[in-house]
Amino acid sequence: MIAAILSLTVLGAILGIALGIANKFLKVEGNPIVDELVDLMPGSNCGQCGYPGCVGAAEAIVAGTAPATCCPPGGKALVSAIAAKLGLTVDLSALGDDGPKIATVAEELCIGCCRCARVCPTDAILGGPKQIHNVFREACTGCEACIEKCPTEALVMKPVPVTLQHWVMPKPRLA
Amino acid sequence: MSEILLLLLSTALVNNVVLIKFLGLCPVMGVSKSVDSAFGMGLATTFVLMLASAASWMLDNWLLQPLGLGYLRILTFILVIASVVQFTEMFVKKTSPGLYQSLGIYLPLITTNCAVLGVALLNVQQEFSLFKSLLYGFGSALGFTLVLLIFAGLRERVALARVPAAFAGAPVAFITISLLALAFMGFSGLNV
Repeated sequence: MIAAILSLTVLGAILGIALGIANKFLKVEGNPIVDELVDLMPGSNCGQCGYPGCVGAAEAIVAGTAPATCCPPGGKALVSAIAAKLGLTVDLSALGDDGPKIATVAEELCIGCCRCARVCPTDAILGGPKQIHNVFREACTGCEACIEKCPTEALVMKPVPVTLQHWVMPKPRLA
Repeated sequence: MSEILLLLLSTALVNNVVLIKFLGLCPVMGVSKSVDSAFGMGLATTFVLMLASAASWMLDNWLLQPLGLGYLRILTFILVIASVVQFTEMFVKKTSPGLYQSLGIYLPLITTNCAVLGVALLNVQQEFSLFKSLLYGFGSALGFTLVLLIFAGLRERVALARVPAAFAGAPVAFITISLLALAFMGFSGLNV
């Protein structure tokens, strides 16, 4: 019993240390700017930009083949962050974006068909078959993948509701 | 010398892992769309198979059997195989990013390639020496790579042929590999 536990533990530890050392020597240096952009992006790999996931979009933006405005879920906030990071000048007025939005379920319309929950890349939709669904506000990235799947149009994008946990004091403005 | 050749021949052709023992079918169907990536997959699997069969032989003979821990064999082998695959993945990612891209998910999936675990367990079952189990691993990997290459070549040609719509894609690939398996059955008449 003790021999079994000890031998497997020691074996696992040795293999783990060996892999850790190998990882140091075989590390691949990615483009650091791409990594920084990936950190800024929603990370739900929804594919609305037309690239394979957020990493592909970040690579295209850095290479200059995609505009900084290519990420619909990211909205204005992401565009300005990317522009600041890459030193670009982007015309923000062209974006019809009035603040971040998340999906919400209209309870009186929802029939509990689960189609929205299946396409959600962040697992933000709660509910089983024939149960009224709901959206976890913290998990929704606003990618709109669920909107077109809803047969009763019960899912709509609404501005992020202000709750006690989310409210922040607005910054002072010039009069 | 003749014994070595016979062992290699019998593991690579007569008792081919893929077509006779039906082990490791997932990468054969998955990575056989082009000859280049099939060759890369064959090399990666050869590397993993040989390292894994040597490491698992040493662990089994020097650690598990002296301590009477034969019941931990599968667990230990999976642990070793997973580490070797992880190492191979890092190595391929560092040395050949193109191959890494084309192998995709099938590279980490070598861990669950039952040919790797199967060969390690068969080595124990047949009570081979270290050299013989290395040879057995090499022969199996050779057979695996051979089948992968032949099948990828066939599929590249079938892709250009006019296949009936109902058979296009995966069905014709299954028919092709079953014909290949029939052809390999001919080697069982070799009597080695």
